Amino acid sequence: MKIPSSILTLVIGIVLTLVSLWYGQNHGLVPVAASKDAQEVDNIFNLMMTIGTGLFLLIEGVLIYCVISFRRRKGDQTDGPAIEGNVPLEILWTAIPTVIVFILSVYSFEVYNNLGGLDPVASRNNAPSQVAMAGHHHMMALGIGPSIDAKGEGSPLRINVNGIQYAWIFTYPDTGIVSGELHVPVNRPVQLQMAAGDVIHAFWVPQLRLKQDVIPGRETTLGFTPNLIGTYPIICAELCGAYHGGMKSTFAVESAEDFEKWVQANAPAPAETADTEKVAVNTTTLSNEEYLAPYAKEMGISSDVLLSLHSEHQHQ
Amino acid sequence: MTTAEVTKTQPTPHHKERKLIDYFTFNTDHKVIGIQYLVVSFIFAAFGGSFAEVLRTELSTPNPDFVTPDLYNQFLTMHGTVMIFLWIVPAGAGFANYLIPLMIGAEDMAFPRLNAVAFWMFPIGGILLLMSFAVGAPQAGWTSYPPLSLMTGKWGQEIWILSLLGGGTSSILGAINFLTTILKMRMPDMDIHSMPLFCWAMLATSTLILLSTPVLAAALILLSFDLLAGTHFFNPTGGGDPVVYQHLFWFYSHPAVYIMILPFFGIISEVLPVHARKPIFGYRAIAYSSLAICFLGLIVWAHHMFTSGTPGWLRMFFMAATMLIAVPTGVKVFSWCATIWGGKLSLNSSMLFAIGFLSSFLIGGITGIMVASVPFDIHVHDTYFVVGHFHYVLFGGSVLGLFAGIYHWYPKMTGRMMNETLGRIHFILTFVGLNLTFMPMHELGLMGMNRRVALYDPQFQGLNQLSTIGAYMMGIAALPFALNFIMSVFNGEKAGRNPWRALTLEWQTSSPPIIENFEEAPILWAKPYDYGIDTEELEEESVSELLAEVSAESK
Repeated sequence: MKIPSSILTLVIGIVLTLVSLWYGQNHGLVPVAASKDAQEVDNIFNLMMTIGTGLFLLIEGVLIYCVISFRRRKGDQTDGPAIEGNVPLEILWTAIPTVIVFILSVYSFEVYNNLGGLDPVASRNNAPSQVAMAGHHHMMALGIGPSIDAKGEGSPLRINVNGIQYAWIFTYPDTGIVSGELHVPVNRPVQLQMAAGDVIHAFWVPQLRLKQDVIPGRETTLGFTPNLIGTYPIICAELCGAYHGGMKSTFAVESAEDFEKWVQANAPAPAETADTEKVAVNTTTLSNEEYLAPYAKEMGISSDVLLSLHSEHQHQ
Repeated sequence: MTTAEVTKTQPTPHHKERKLIDYFTFNTDHKVIGIQYLVVSFIFAAFGGSFAEVLRTELSTPNPDFVTPDLYNQFLTMHGTVMIFLWIVPAGAGFANYLIPLMIGAEDMAFPRLNAVAFWMFPIGGILLLMSFAVGAPQAGWTSYPPLSLMTGKWGQEIWILSLLGGGTSSILGAINFLTTILKMRMPDMDIHSMPLFCWAMLATSTLILLSTPVLAAALILLSFDLLAGTHFFNPTGGGDPVVYQHLFWFYSHPAVYIMILPFFGIISEVLPVHARKPIFGYRAIAYSSLAICFLGLIVWAHHMFTSGTPGWLRMFFMAATMLIAVPTGVKVFSWCATIWGGKLSLNSSMLFAIGFLSSFLIGGITGIMVASVPFDIHVHDTYFVVGHFHYVLFGGSVLGLFAGIYHWYPKMTGRMMNETLGRIHFILTFVGLNLTFMPMHELGLMGMNRRVALYDPQFQGLNQLSTIGAYMMGIAALPFALNFIMSVFNGEKAGRNPWRALTLEWQTSSPPIIENFEEAPILWAKPYDYGIDTEELEEESVSELLAEVSAESK
C-alpha cells in the first residue's frame, strides 16, 4: 500500500469519529420524548451511543483486521513476535476508560439530579414499618421528586397511584376522581404517590424515560412535567404474576382545556362529594375498596382481587 | 470416555482404559469430577435451552397462545435458574477441577473427597429442580422477589430454594478446594506470577463465591421461613420488607455474574496465546484486573435496584462503583486484542469461539456501561434492553468462552481431536444465531417492551420474530456440537500429548492424563506464555518434540 500508515491511521480515526458522532445522534432507537427530562436522558444516551459506537467499530475493526491479516500461513509452524506487553500502552488504555467513565458518572449525576432524583424529600429512605403505621405520608417517600426545572412552577398535580394485580388505579385527591387511566394537563408538574396492594409492580412510561417500583408496604414517588400532548402507554415493568404482560394502562397528556373537560366528565356526582372527599383526604388504600367497586368491572378487577386486597390491608 | 487408568498400587507405563462406570460413581479423581461436571452441565443446558425455545416460540406472536401465562412464567424462571446454576456455574467448576491441578503440576485437588461431595450435590439439586414441574414449577422469575414468590405455588418455590441451597453449598465447597489447591499445591518452581492466568481467574472466582454465596443462603432460608412458616421477614403484610430480600439476593447474584464470567476470562487468556502463537499481552495487568473485578464486583449489587426501594445517594454510589468495573474489564479486552495483533492465528474452532467471545462480550460490555448510568437505567431497567445486555455477557461471553474451552481441551480430556468442519458449522450457526436473537432485544427494550411478558404490543412483533429465528438457529447449532462431542470420543483423530504445541503444564502429560497426572514430576521450563521467545533454537524441532525429549531425559 502506498499511503503512509500514519495518514491511513489518521483517516481511519476521523472516519470512525464522524460515523460515531452521526450514529450517536441518529440511532432512532428511542420513542418520542414527552418531557424535558426525557430529552436529557436521551442526551446522555446519545453520548453513550457515540462513545459506544466508536469503541465498537475500533475493537471489531481490530478483530476483523487480525483475522484477515494475521492468519497463519499454511505450513508455517513458527511463533509470532514475543511481545509480552507495553507499559505506556497499558497505562493509556487504563487511563482513557477511567476518564470516560468519570465523565459519564458526573454527567449522569447531573442529569439524575435534574430529574429530581436527589430531591431531599423524595430520595430519603425510610423504614417500611413507619409507613405502614403512618399510612400515606406525602413527605416521606422514595423515588424521584419534582424535576429541578419544575420548582417554582406552581403546585404540582398530586395523584395517588395504586398498583394491584393487574391494573393501575389513579386517584386524584383534589377532584376525587378515581380512574384506570392517567390523565394530566400538559406543562404542569405531576407528582405521583405510589403504593402497591399486593406484590411489587413498576410504573413505567417509556416516553417519560421514568420508571419506579411500586412496593407494598412502602410509598414511592415519581415527579415529572410532560410537555408533549399525546397518549402513551403505562407499563408494569416488574414481574407481578401470570398476566404481568397485560398490566397496562394509558397515560394521556392533554391540553389544559381537554383535561378540564375530562375532569368534568369524570368527577364524582355532587351527592357523593362529601363521601369522596373523605376518601380523598384519607387515602389509605384500604378505604378505596368500597369506593372502587363501580369501577372494578371496567378495569377488569374481580371482586376476589378486591377482597384479597382488602384482607391484606387489614393485616397492616 | 477413554481416560486412561493406572491403579495407584500398580503404576505401569502401559495405561488401561478407564472404565465408563467410573464416571457414574463417587470418584475422587479431579479429572473424572471435571468431566462429570461438564457432561452433566451440558445435559442440563439441553433442558434450559429447550425452555428458551418455548419462550421464543411464545414470543413469536404478541398473544399468549402457545403456552398458558402461568406455564410461561414457569419456563422463564426455570430457563434462568437452569442456565445459571446448572450450566454456566458448574461448567466453570468443571474446567477448574480438570485444569487447576494439571496446570500447577499437582496430583489432585487439595480435598479430593470434598470435591466429589461438591460434585454430587449438583446433579441431585438439578434433578430436584427439574422435578418441580410435577408440583408446578416456581414462577416468580430466577430472582424470586417476594411477595410474588410467596404467592405463586408454595412447593415449586420451596424446591427452587432447596436446590439453590444445594447448588450454593456445592459451590462453596468447590471454592474452598480451588483456593487451597492454587495457593498451597503449586509445584515448587512455580511462583504465583508464573501460574497460568486461568488459575488467577479461579482465585478471583473462588474468593467471590466464598464471600457472597453464604449471603444468598441466608436470604433463601429466610424466604423459606416466610413461605412455609408464615413469618414476615420479607412479607409487608406483617411489617417485613421485600427490599431487604433484594439486597441480600443481589449481594450474591451480582458477584454471581462474575462467578460466571471470570473462569471464561481465564479460558480466553489460555486459548488466545496458544492459537495466536504469541505471549499473552500484559500478564500482570490481566491477572490483577481479575482481582480488581473481584473486589469491585462485591460493591455494585444495588445497580440491579436502581428503580427499586433505594434512596438517591445509594443509586449514585452504586453507579460510580459499577462504572469503575469497566476499567479492569476494558484492560482485559484491550490486552486480548493486543495478544492476537501480529500473531499467527490458527482459525480453528477453539480460536473462532475465542474471537467470537471478544466480539460479542464487547457489546455486552458497552451496554453494561450504559445501564450503569442511573438516569438511563431507569428507562431500560426490566426491559428487553437488559435482557439483550446480559445475554451478550452470559451467552456471547461465558458460553462462547465455554465452547472455546471445550474445543481447546477436548483433545486433552479424551485423547481425541474434535471434528473441525462440524466445529466451524457450530460456530457460524451459534454466532449468527446469537446476534440475531439478542441484538434486536436492545431496540425492543428501548422502544418500550418490558421483560418477562407472554403478551406484548403488536408493534414489536417484527423484531421478536427475528429474535425467535435466531433462537431456533442456536437450537440447531447444538446438533453439530452434540454430534461432534459424542462421536469424536470414538472416531476422532488421535491427539497426542500436545496437539496445539502449548506451553502450560497440562500439555506435558499424556492425553488423557494418567490418574495422578504426571508420570514424573513435571518440569517448568518456560513461563506459561513464552511463545516466540525460543524461535531461533526451535527452528529445527517443534515444541512437542522438545517436550518429549525433556520428559525422556528426565526418566
